[in-house]
Amino acid sequence: MRAFVLLLLPFLWLSVPQSAQAQTLYQTFGEQAGLTHIVDDLYAELLVDPRTKAYFDGAPVDRIKKLLVQQFCELLGGPCVYTGRPMRRAHEGQNINRAAFNALVEDLQDAMDKNGVPFHSQNKLLAKLAPMYRDVQDRP
Amino acid sequence: MFRKVASSTFLLGLAACVCGNAWADGDSPTINGKLLLTGGVSEVEGAAGGGLTPWAVIGGNGTASQVGGNAHETYIHTQDFALNTQGATIGVANRVEVSIAHQSFDTRDAGKALGLGANFKFSQDILGLKARLLGDAVLDQDTWVPQVAVGVQFKHNENGAVVKAVGARSNSGTDVYVSATKLLLAQSILLNGTIRLTKANQFGLLGFGGDKSNAYHPEMEVSAGYMLSRHVIVGAEYRTKPSNLGFAREQNAYDAYIAWAPTKYVSLTAAYVDLGDIATFTRERGYYLSLQGGF
Repeated sequence: MRAFVLLLLPFLWLSVPQSAQAQTLYQTFGEQAGLTHIVDDLYAELLVDPRTKAYFDGAPVDRIKKLLVQQFCELLGGPCVYTGRPMRRAHEGQNINRAAFNALVEDLQDAMDKNGVPFHSQNKLLAKLAPMYRDVQDRP
Repeated sequence: MFRKVASSTFLLGLAACVCGNAWADGDSPTINGKLLLTGGVSEVEGAAGGGLTPWAVIGGNGTASQVGGNAHETYIHTQDFALNTQGATIGVANRVEVSIAHQSFDTRDAGKALGLGANFKFSQDILGLKARLLGDAVLDQDTWVPQVAVGVQFKHNENGAVVKAVGARSNSGTDVYVSATKLLLAQSILLNGTIRLTKANQFGLLGFGGDKSNAYHPEMEVSAGYMLSRHVIVGAEYRTKPSNLGFAREQNAYDAYIAWAPTKYVSLTAAYVDLGDIATFTRERGYYLSLQGGF
């Protein structure tokens, strides 16, 4: 058992913030400009991804992107307020399944990679978005 | 050794891929719905999990309406022994998992000292069933509720006469377990705990029950991992085991691992493993390699 505890120590160290003057999460994502780039890159992918593109037929993509930037900004502790509809209402009638939801997560990871967001910061945003599957998924 | 592991795993993986394509032909392009590494790898008894212990996750890349599966080959090498495991896992609708595994435990030179003959091999077949009861380890990030699954492993040792001669009561046994798995996504940490009821001696490779005890023992298995990237997780595991045989004590096992998944369909796990005393040989330590291919 002692050996096991010793094996865990590096992980505990890794999970502690390394600097007292760390950037805020919002700054790590490049603030408004960075989030706009990420959401632009995300939608460039979602609109061609065979797993997701059908959901955006005739959708007001520019408006959704603006709202998504607002939502991410608010979730990351930035100076924004999400003004869109609740997630549950916004996804009614879409019949989004888990595979499509996960495809969105993957495309978002790609967009964050492309914009230089560190992996562990990415996960902090994904942790806030993940529980929304209950409001987004399989809502006829 | 590497060539042998690679070639037979390739064949197993190929078999899995053929099944996958057959399924995908009649289905939508939304197949392969799980996120990278969230289905775990294949533990040494065939179930989806870490290296030495099952997790509550369901193997394969399938989501709600999908079937996923994989095949794996695992090789453990310590000073005196070697263990080779081949197996396949099918996950249905992210709810039920069926796994099969064949283990071959090579006593190498130790076989001579044990009076079995050099390179004597113990063989064991394992049929595993697992059902997810509740929770989503990955997505339920706003609650502490983990993903919970129950499982059963039916094990049959093919060397009945030998395992009974060293004191085992039976050459077949059934393990029952409950696993709880939680991804702490904001911290990039994955935790798992498993409680197993078992009579198995050295995973069942030395039979079940013994002259010291023939009762079911509750054993504890824990693992923790830290995700370095989407493709790499490092971690450690600890597994307690009963000690039922009078001729040689059995000890707990632990490992420190790194798993790499370049794509959703392939993963490679390497570990340092300490299995403790085995059959009078002390402090058996060495390496663990596992290759998995799936759909």
